[in-house]
Amino acid sequence: MQRDSVANTFLVAGLLCLVCSFLVSATAVGLRPLQEANKRLEMRKNILQVAGIYDPSQSVDELFKQIETRLVDLTDPQNPVEVDDPKLLETYDPRKALSDPELSVPFPEGGKLEGFKRRGKYAFVYLVKKNGKLDEIILPIYGKGLWSTLYGFIALDADFRTIRGLGFYEHGETPGLGGEVDNPHWKALWNGKKAYDENGEVAIAVIKGAVPPNDPAAEYKVDGLSGATFTSKGVSRLVRYWLGDYGFGPYLRKLREELGHG
Amino acid sequence: MDKPKDVLLNPIFNNNPIALQVLGICSALAVTTKLDTTVTMCAAVTFVVACSNAAVAAIRHRIPNSIRIIVQMTIIASLVIIVDQFLRAFFMEISKQLSVFVGLIITNCIVMGRAEAYAMKNNVWLSFLDGIGNGLGYSVLLIIVGVLRELLGSGKFFGFSILPTVSEGGWYVPNGLMLLPPSAFFLIGLFIWVLRTWKPEQVERG
Repeated sequence: MQRDSVANTFLVAGLLCLVCSFLVSATAVGLRPLQEANKRLEMRKNILQVAGIYDPSQSVDELFKQIETRLVDLTDPQNPVEVDDPKLLETYDPRKALSDPELSVPFPEGGKLEGFKRRGKYAFVYLVKKNGKLDEIILPIYGKGLWSTLYGFIALDADFRTIRGLGFYEHGETPGLGGEVDNPHWKALWNGKKAYDENGEVAIAVIKGAVPPNDPAAEYKVDGLSGATFTSKGVSRLVRYWLGDYGFGPYLRKLREELGHG
Repeated sequence: MDKPKDVLLNPIFNNNPIALQVLGICSALAVTTKLDTTVTMCAAVTFVVACSNAAVAAIRHRIPNSIRIIVQMTIIASLVIIVDQFLRAFFMEISKQLSVFVGLIITNCIVMGRAEAYAMKNNVWLSFLDGIGNGLGYSVLLIIVGVLRELLGSGKFFGFSILPTVSEGGWYVPNGLMLLPPSAFFLIGLFIWVLRTWKPEQVERG
């Protein structure tokens, strides 16, 4: 057959596609278990870091034994239901659920998160136990910054008011400006701030500029990131959303009653 | 025919893909702030150039002229996906930092340049060596840039503190410019200057 004939062109193109697709899919399928294990480990590490109990010298899975994972059905945010389906607990992927019509629901009336069409039906909640007693509650949070969606966790103390940590594990904000959400100094500012005021309303906010030291409401305010107004606003908005009545607010109240904190 | 040793060693200094051919600059700017990402990137590029060169050379008599570029691209793209999958499975941390730049090896001009300029005309063994050689030439430059940027930009070498920085209680004030892409331009420029002073035959006639 002629090298430049039409038949040979089709033959070479076809064979090449076959061989290449075989190689690519074989690698992808063969390595998937390892990649999934890595992803799970990474997620667990992020949760441990926000909880402040990450220790590089110890195995992540070992440390994670202090943490109880719960799955909550947030279809009706006013009436959160804990789900006890082991299969769902194992396989539910909050990120994939956003684009899965089966696993996502429209936003409740009046409680829309800017930039999204639907939200996941379920959400994971992580309870950190110390000597059998609840020590911290870790909630997954996400929302839009300037360019990108920020995904992270926020840790609340067992008093259900005090913030113990905040961290984003994925975002695409401008390095050096909005990207400073990863700056450990800034993240440390959140520790000890109060998420809710005396009446149980969400009070925490990221403000523009630095919090004046003599501000009586300083415990509800976090310094904005300089040069990153939109990212700061986005973080403020998403934290307030997820702590609020359309996010985990009702669930936290329920959990608190359940644990007898009254 | 070329001597295998020359094919392997020439691209390192005599015909360096970055310094003389000025190919593959973009990734040289992006991944050289830290040495661990630099070295991973070098290994990935070397693997892709060597294997794509060998694969293209193996079927060079069968590739129809009209679709030869597409054929080369398909081979290169497949290899890059395989490398990316491997990195995600075994070097999760580094793979996250390299992010899109592994995928962008597909568009690295060195890979396609070598397939078109060398592998289409030479046998499998020589093409493979040419790939390794060009990979090494790319690596030498990236590693030099990476060492300087990590040392001057964060006072470290492979993540170990060499110059203790002020923020960690030492004396060294890191040069922030070194962490930004333009610094790699300056360093590559200096490298080309040094290389052309050493080997004046590389200077283009004005």
